[in-house]
Amino acid sequence: MAIERILKDDASEEKGERARMASFVGAIAITDLVKTTLGPKGMDKILQSTGRGQEVTVTNDGATILKSLHIDNPAAKVLIDISKVQDDEVGDGTTSVVVLAGELLREAEKLVAAKIHPMTIISGYRIAAECARNALLQRVVDNKENAEKFKSDLMKIAKTTLSSKILSQDKEHFAQLAVDAVMRLKGSTNLEAIQIIKKPGGSLKDSFLDEGFILDKKIGLGQPKRIENAKILVANTAMDTDKVKIYGARVRVDSMSKVAEIEGAEKEKMREKVQKIIAHGINCFVNRQLIYNFPEELFADAGVLAIEHADFDGIERLALVTGGEIASTFDNPESVKLGHCKLIEEIMIGEDKLIHFSGVEMGQACTIVLRGASHHMLDEAERSLHDALCVLSQTVNDTRVVLGGGWPEMVMAKAVDELARQTPGKKSHAIEAFSRSLVAIPTIIADNAGLDSADLVAQLRAEHHKEGCNAGIDVISGSVGDMAELGISESFKVKQAVLLSATEAAEMILRVDEIITCAPRKREDRM
Amino acid sequence: MALAFDEYGRPFIILKEQDQKTRLRGIEAQKANISAGKAVARILRTSLGPKGMDKMLQSPDGDVTITNDGATILEQMDVDNQIAKLMVELSRSQDYEIGDGTTGVVVMAGALLEQAEHLLERGIHPIRIAEGYEMASRIDVEHLEHIAQKFDFAPTNIEPLVQTCMTTLSSKMQVVNRCKRPLAEISVKAVLSVADLERKDVNLDLIKVEGKLGGKLEDTELIYGITVDKDMSHPQMPKQIQDAKIAILTCPFEPPKPKTKHKVDIDTVEKFQTLRQQEQKYFDDMVQKCKWFFSGGGVGGRYWYTPLQFWGRQLVLILMFVQDVGATLVICQWGFDDEANHLLMHRNLPAVRWVGGVELELIAIATGGRIVPRFQELTPEKLGRAGLVREKSFGTTKDKMLYIEHCANSRAVTIFIRGGNKMMIEETKRSIHDALCVARNLIRNNSIVYGGGSAEISCSIAVEAAADKHPGYAIRAFADALDSVPMALAENSGLQPIETLSAVKSQQIKENNPHFGIDCNDVGTNDMREQNVFETLIGKQQQILLATQVVKMILKIDDVISPSDF
Repeated sequence: MAIERILKDDASEEKGERARMASFVGAIAITDLVKTTLGPKGMDKILQSTGRGQEVTVTNDGATILKSLHIDNPAAKVLIDISKVQDDEVGDGTTSVVVLAGELLREAEKLVAAKIHPMTIISGYRIAAECARNALLQRVVDNKENAEKFKSDLMKIAKTTLSSKILSQDKEHFAQLAVDAVMRLKGSTNLEAIQIIKKPGGSLKDSFLDEGFILDKKIGLGQPKRIENAKILVANTAMDTDKVKIYGARVRVDSMSKVAEIEGAEKEKMREKVQKIIAHGINCFVNRQLIYNFPEELFADAGVLAIEHADFDGIERLALVTGGEIASTFDNPESVKLGHCKLIEEIMIGEDKLIHFSGVEMGQACTIVLRGASHHMLDEAERSLHDALCVLSQTVNDTRVVLGGGWPEMVMAKAVDELARQTPGKKSHAIEAFSRSLVAIPTIIADNAGLDSADLVAQLRAEHHKEGCNAGIDVISGSVGDMAELGISESFKVKQAVLLSATEAAEMILRVDEIITCAPRKREDRM
Repeated sequence: MALAFDEYGRPFIILKEQDQKTRLRGIEAQKANISAGKAVARILRTSLGPKGMDKMLQSPDGDVTITNDGATILEQMDVDNQIAKLMVELSRSQDYEIGDGTTGVVVMAGALLEQAEHLLERGIHPIRIAEGYEMASRIDVEHLEHIAQKFDFAPTNIEPLVQTCMTTLSSKMQVVNRCKRPLAEISVKAVLSVADLERKDVNLDLIKVEGKLGGKLEDTELIYGITVDKDMSHPQMPKQIQDAKIAILTCPFEPPKPKTKHKVDIDTVEKFQTLRQQEQKYFDDMVQKCKWFFSGGGVGGRYWYTPLQFWGRQLVLILMFVQDVGATLVICQWGFDDEANHLLMHRNLPAVRWVGGVELELIAIATGGRIVPRFQELTPEKLGRAGLVREKSFGTTKDKMLYIEHCANSRAVTIFIRGGNKMMIEETKRSIHDALCVARNLIRNNSIVYGGGSAEISCSIAVEAAADKHPGYAIRAFADALDSVPMALAENSGLQPIETLSAVKSQQIKENNPHFGIDCNDVGTNDMREQNVFETLIGKQQQILLATQVVKMILKIDDVISPSDF
């Protein structure tokens, strides 16, 4: 008698070896995809969206690449998720985490082929990850006490992070920029206070950090271009026509002259509103909604700077940094909190005029203006800068720092290798495999730079058998170098997150012994 | 296919469209059903126990779930076969009733079906098998009661409960495993805070498990109150309100719409201006009238419906009124416009807008407030009370949530799960649910049996002994089926199943101690009491009873009529 089908027609079910094979293949394919973007000499990818316009993104940010992929393989989805988590939690190392998880699975595949049970591999990996973490912990440097040194640590980290990105040419400049911006935050991780404005034109070098707030809007005609000691009223009110807010009211006229009369009356009403606003004793009025020409003119007459149509984010942020409140009614001028700033002026960036608020109440806010040749470049620059800012703000909280350039991986691999030799039983194979996966990362970095990876990694390994060695791969000169001297550092928190999440992801995939794919939801046929 | 023929040899048509249906009868039908049931059990078998493997499920929309929770696997498997659906139901009812042991119950049912198949092959009538199973399950349940032990804990000493929850969590995914201690503590505290220890009852409805993307699993917290995924309507309203009095409104802060249709036609400037003057004048009147109205006199909703009211002024009045009543927080089902928003902020009356109906009810129940459909019906008694209302924002993202804590009326708590991705949150939710259920079951009935298959082995010995006294093969078959759970446990842990099982069994008989089980975690002892592995008595009993019931039902089916391929 035939075995009954218990699933729906289109659903598929894969068991045991086949399921494992499917997940390994999927995960390794994803790893190979992003592998070439790792390290300072990693290559970029072009992503073309399927949507209208077929927009093109050029990036080497792992999370961005993976987010844009449409993947059907469930194991691959797990890796993409891990990369997203990394992005959310620490902001950098999105490629590394996928590559490490992929390498772990690649090694696991060999072990499974050698008839070692996945559960044994998992417990081996767990022990190894713990050991690797401890090894790294022993070698961390913490310069929390020494502000000067800590700042130079931050600079190093920023430079290391940026060196694998599009900004590597001007990493010195951008590292300074990012560090300054993060130092202003004084330990908070709220990156909202850092505003990034992108303006095409100029070169990347022309980007700058501005203390204060920049609003991408124009000042109304005939109004002052520069105000000192500004009192700002931030509002959200209709300044086009003030509608009659009574249900059912409507205007019905029978001649042109009456239309004109009513218009006149309306104008009068608006004039009163403007008067009320001006009565607040302000000299700058920022509205979220449109300001029509008529009230604008009135404001100009009163010498008040009126800015219309500041988008929602802009207005909230402005209210925040100037310390005002967003007002919608104007009957009680005495109780409305006004915003203050030292100076408002119109500035030119490239060909665009922007409004610059400086000397604002909240000192944490700052704006980074990015300049660059094209939109693609600016987008990528923003992503890179965002990564750097994330890492830096995390580092400010957790000040432990490790060296970069494959150094941490080699340190961990050495410790794990030693552990493998001491561990009895089948687990030792898994532990050994873990160490091999760790070594794969410097190997890939070297490969991507077009160097002889086998030779370099062998040298590196030899170096690391000396006590307290700082050797890593110096991609620029193509040899093994002293990372401490070269000033290549990474945040311990990022490295730890990479290690732990990659192990978790690998484990999650290894534990699966059956994949059940439901029938895809049928699209409704339009008949 | 024909069933009966008349004297001319023509078939009687009994079923509608008979020739388009397939039909299985008698022993064939039973065998087909059994094999379907077994197929489901086989899928879950490898997920049993702390070393069980996970299943990866891809939903029709392409979302991936990785889990080893039996109920979830079956729920998402999209099963088509009728008998297989019965097994899904079985697991679900265990989930509803007990909340844990959803995999075990299916594995048990599968084993019973397998044994039934052997008996059917020997020519034993299905009803006899069903009877035998029934008898055996009774013996089993009694025996469980016999070996059960009391489990001591007190609200002041939650450690034993935490330990139990940790056992439940340990078989879950590794991410959950990593911080099982805090999660277990959260679960126990949540259950204890809603538990009625006098009546030994726990209303799990009072525990809401909410998940939100972002943050770390370690950020998961227990909130003594409820959360609403909304923020204050104005970014500059106070973020924290002590001893809040909450007005819960379902009327919009928008111009009232009169029930009768009317039009105000403006056709001359005079009218426009008089309208405005009237508004002004009206406002002054209104203040007087309203004060009188609010101070207790007055009949009239009519003031609220007069078309010529100037909305902005009226709003001020409403707000004054709302504040007069004593409200310090307004929760509104509808939106309000910018003007109202600013006025609210101005008068220092924080407000939340666009709160969904369900949440509104929840808030009302928790804070003891009444949902008020019209402003004028607001009275101080109708306000809800909460010890602390605060808005909390998360990490680098802009998300904000509203926490309403220490509510007046209810001890409702919320477990708020954070996690990096949806998969993790979902899995954590499921794990927490299991842990909550276990803690609840222990409070309801603090009898426990030891886990790790020890209870099954002990029952198997007892049932076998009973089989010697009762006639029939079915009881003995039941004993064999009981063995399959520890066997699967041993198999999943990479042990030799038969060898391990017989060793443990002989140990149990020799030392007459029902605490020996399968040493899944390789700790070195197989005394489950030392390992602190236990399950609740009712959970175990329920498993046996439910599995037996479903198997009996499947065995009694002797005819399957289904439309053939369509």
